[in-house]
Amino acid sequence: MMQEKTVNHKAWFLVLPVLVLVAFSAVIPLMTVVNYSVQDSFGNNQFFWAGLEWFREMLAEERMWDALARQMAFSAIILAIEVPLGIFVALNMPKRGFWTSFCLVVMSLPLLVPWNVVGTIWQIFGRVDIGLLGYTLDALGIEYNYTQNVIDAWVTVIVMDVWHWTSLVALLAYAGLQSIPDAYYQAAKIDQASRWKVFRYIELPKMAGVLMIAILLRFMDSFMIYTEPFVVTGGGPGNATTFLSIDLVKMALGQFDLGPAAAFSIMYFLVILLISWVFYTVMTNLDKREGN
Amino acid sequence: MAKITLDNLAHSYLPNPTGEADYALKELNHDWEDGAAYALLGSSGCGKSTLLNIISGLLNPSQGRILFDGQDVTDAPTAERNIAQVFQFPVVYDTMTVRDNLAFPLRNRGRDEAYVAERVQDVARMIGMEAELDRKARGLTADAKQKISLGRGMVRKDVNALLFDEPLTVIDPHMKWELRTQLKSLHHEFGHTMIYVTHDQTEALTFADKVVVMYDGRVVQIGTPEELFERPEHTFVGYFIGSPGMNVIPARVDGRQAYVNGSSLDLGQGYGPLEGKVEIGVRPEFARLSDSEGLPVNIRRVEDVGRHKIVRADFFGNDINIIAGEGEEIGADKTRVVFDPAHINVYANDWRVQGEAA
Repeated sequence: MMQEKTVNHKAWFLVLPVLVLVAFSAVIPLMTVVNYSVQDSFGNNQFFWAGLEWFREMLAEERMWDALARQMAFSAIILAIEVPLGIFVALNMPKRGFWTSFCLVVMSLPLLVPWNVVGTIWQIFGRVDIGLLGYTLDALGIEYNYTQNVIDAWVTVIVMDVWHWTSLVALLAYAGLQSIPDAYYQAAKIDQASRWKVFRYIELPKMAGVLMIAILLRFMDSFMIYTEPFVVTGGGPGNATTFLSIDLVKMALGQFDLGPAAAFSIMYFLVILLISWVFYTVMTNLDKREGN
Repeated sequence: MAKITLDNLAHSYLPNPTGEADYALKELNHDWEDGAAYALLGSSGCGKSTLLNIISGLLNPSQGRILFDGQDVTDAPTAERNIAQVFQFPVVYDTMTVRDNLAFPLRNRGRDEAYVAERVQDVARMIGMEAELDRKARGLTADAKQKISLGRGMVRKDVNALLFDEPLTVIDPHMKWELRTQLKSLHHEFGHTMIYVTHDQTEALTFADKVVVMYDGRVVQIGTPEELFERPEHTFVGYFIGSPGMNVIPARVDGRQAYVNGSSLDLGQGYGPLEGKVEIGVRPEFARLSDSEGLPVNIRRVEDVGRHKIVRADFFGNDINIIAGEGEEIGADKTRVVFDPAHINVYANDWRVQGEAA
């Protein structure tokens, strides 16, 4: 059936406010970075065209590849811990009554703490001289020093992230679980399904949607992590916990290499965009395929 | 299959019930005959789902016992009772195929694959879903999903009972008929004990051999559809069943006569002295308009529903309904109503009183 559409070019004006907003919040800052990435400067606000020189240089730079590898490892590890742990916590939360609200409040607390405060908390917590964790471990005879030992530094940063963000996964998973009608559990009982099968065939499929969001959020956030490891380890010992954003800041502000830093930023941005897009597409396709 | 006995059963959702009002299900003794089809009928919140959940073991009763073939199962978990239940909203395992859904209860019980395959094929034929066996259950229509739930209940041959908790609520009207007919023929073929909870009288009356009517946590009558129609034991049964329901009119009863507002009418049977609130009940089907006999009535409205007419009228200040034939002329001269004496029931405090044959 054909339908005549009214042509009204005034409608474009309605889009204008959004365009202006997006321009100021995203397009213009991003373009500034693009601008820097293709120019060179010797100061005095004088710029020279550099083409793709910075990109070529950065791609050849081992330092960036190392940071990327560390970043990948970090995101993979925290996802591998936080997602199953979050699901586990959600499964074991009380379903109703006073303790439900209690658990929800307690679990949201870490989410409300500002990033640099989280870093400071763990920085002090892990110190061998005054920190509860560091002191206890030391007293137990376990050698622990996150400022000197690479493994200790990684463990500290990972445990900190798990402490800070597992709640998010748990809360989302819990919301998914709450939406499952009682009849499903009753039917499973009647079908004599084991606990594992209830999880596999009822709870997991019903949680899939929110879990996808949780994984996506945690991936993006962990891939951009800066403040917490910066406060705790400052990227050290050596470069052991120098993740992409820490490296980027060192380059841009520490060394004031604006051109390479801008090229780095753009590639960093593209990597996150690419991985998120691939992830999202794969997950939604899986979802569709299951539903035929 | 088994006979299910309810022995002094009662349930309250409160931890410390004091009065009778605290009980969602009031004390009840009843035997569900092996292989019969029952309907549990009542309005929302009358305790019918509570009763069903107690039988299936999803709920532990506050008092009393449940016996399957004489064996006490009150404390046995659902899985051990070997019953099947179909819920109001279709429960299917979305990520599995229809085949795996149907096989699920058997596989969980460790039956061998050859047997499982055979049963799944049989059940798929029964519910008419052989063609869809290898589809994912997600994305099927509500009635297809409900058929799968039903099939999962039937796949085990040895179930003690099949319980239905308003299973057709989400189904399209034309599919309702089909599924209900299917259920009925499955019952005839395999003879499972079936208990069907519903608030729809048509569903109850067409499905069941015996209908259990519940009201306010109490079973008020158990009977065949015919008994419920002709001899409602409680005024609630009178107006819950029938369309429109029974006319209930306050009256004074003395022997063979009832007096409504001073005018007398014949009851066909004699009654002893009655205590409390006395009413007479007569179904609209057994009332007839007349121009000369009977008692005065004021017609207010006539509704033609196609196969007959429903006359809304005022009878000494009581609203009553009378069913008149489709061809019947309802003129201004019809000012009187006649009740068929053989079909007048007498109620004291809402419960029917047995008359003495005179």
